Amino acid sequence: MKGKPGWKDIPRGGMILEAGNAATYHTGDWRSQRPVWDPEACTHCLFCWIYCPDSAVRVVEGRMTGIDLDYCKGCGICVNQCPKAGALKMVPEDTAAAG
Amino acid sequence: MTQVQAGVSQGRRVALTGNEAVALAMKQVEPDVVAAYPITPQTDIVQYFSSFVADGQVRTEFMTVESEHSALSACVGASAAGARCMTATSANGLALMWEVLYIAAGLRLPIVMAVVNRALSGPINIHCDHSDSMGARDSGWIQLYSEDAQEAYDNLLQAVRIAEHPEVLLPVMVCLDGFIISHSLENLEVLPDEQVRAFVGTYRPDVWLLDAARPVTMGPLDLQDFYFEHKRQEAEAMARAVPVIEEVAAEFGRATGRRYGFFEAYRMDDAEVAVLALNSTAGTARYVVDRLRRRGVRAGLLKLRVFRPFPQRALADALEGLAALAVMDRAEGLSTAGGPVFVEVRSALYDRARRPLTMNHIYGLGGRDVGPDQIEKVFDDLLQAVECGEVRRPVSHLGVRE
Repeated sequence: MKGKPGWKDIPRGGMILEAGNAATYHTGDWRSQRPVWDPEACTHCLFCWIYCPDSAVRVVEGRMTGIDLDYCKGCGICVNQCPKAGALKMVPEDTAAAG
Repeated sequence: MTQVQAGVSQGRRVALTGNEAVALAMKQVEPDVVAAYPITPQTDIVQYFSSFVADGQVRTEFMTVESEHSALSACVGASAAGARCMTATSANGLALMWEVLYIAAGLRLPIVMAVVNRALSGPINIHCDHSDSMGARDSGWIQLYSEDAQEAYDNLLQAVRIAEHPEVLLPVMVCLDGFIISHSLENLEVLPDEQVRAFVGTYRPDVWLLDAARPVTMGPLDLQDFYFEHKRQEAEAMARAVPVIEEVAAEFGRATGRRYGFFEAYRMDDAEVAVLALNSTAGTARYVVDRLRRRGVRAGLLKLRVFRPFPQRALADALEGLAALAVMDRAEGLSTAGGPVFVEVRSALYDRARRPLTMNHIYGLGGRDVGPDQIEKVFDDLLQAVECGEVRRPVSHLGVRE
């Protein structure tokens, strides 16, 4: 809790005074595992994009380009529904971070 | 009791019930929003106010809702949006507001609510005791108690100023005794509309949800990293309400001649024994004090007006010189350690080198009448304790059939 402002320096009653600040709140830090994408194996069927509950699959011009780790909570739905073995797999966060 | 001084506004003398007095104060304040649901014995307030709205005497947005939970929720939303809001309730209606009470206080919304004190069910009962507001004592609301219709009227006007003060921003309950005060007709002095408007002024929130130029979020999830800091702020606001309550009372006193404090000490200067009571019982106790004084008993009364924030130090100053004190609780509390007022008053005396013997009389539950003879019995208990040098029964039930 150190480094955060004290009670005298925060808005009253939990108010958030800055509009649109959700963009700076990265829910991806909840993650214990992350999906790792293999561009070589991917067929760009975009099932992962359709199913992702957090819109964390990045698609550019109809093609999968990777996972937005700022918002991916590591639920694994993308990996679960991916029809191409090996195109997406779940890896523990510490392993992935080390790798 | 109050003495009108020369040079202050005399207002108008009228005969009103407690509920009519509260409704009139609300009409004169003319809040932006009133959201309420009827419940005995508060119903009159909402009923009178709704006729003011229907007759075009106020421009208030009057929201009829399906429950007290919704009534206070609507006030929370409207207050957050920037409106001056009021409501009123009793007993189970207050209980149904429970979670929203904490939200109103936690979000620091200056809502003013009249609470017409009534016993909580069960068994079901519609008459006066303080179990409703005493149960809400830790919800973060300021609580003002009113001996009579005059005080209910005066407290309601002051409540607006206290709640909306930038150093406070907490909701305020104005409590008055169900039926005993709410439905009894008495003479009181009411202020001219212009004087009320000048006293309460215009509510100008610093932050409000409908301010499109400065969009804000209110009531977001507040977890381990910030909730505690926000509760610390709330505690600070309650502490800062202390001087504000005094300032507002002083200004009200200058304007009306009617003086208010955290409590009234009646014939306490040389008192040996005293009772401490809230609301209408204080009137009966004052009469008993006078009766005993005529018989040479050094009796006194401490009438507590503000229970939240609790005036711990000032109370101890006023009480420490007594030989014995009886605290009268119109709520059981069911802790086995005494009623809520007793526990806090006794705790206030703990640090004093000199302190009175203390005892607690739980009385008047479910509207059980308490008359002068019963209060005299409390003084008998006090005198006996002084004579024995000890309190044999620290907590007793006054006026219950054995």
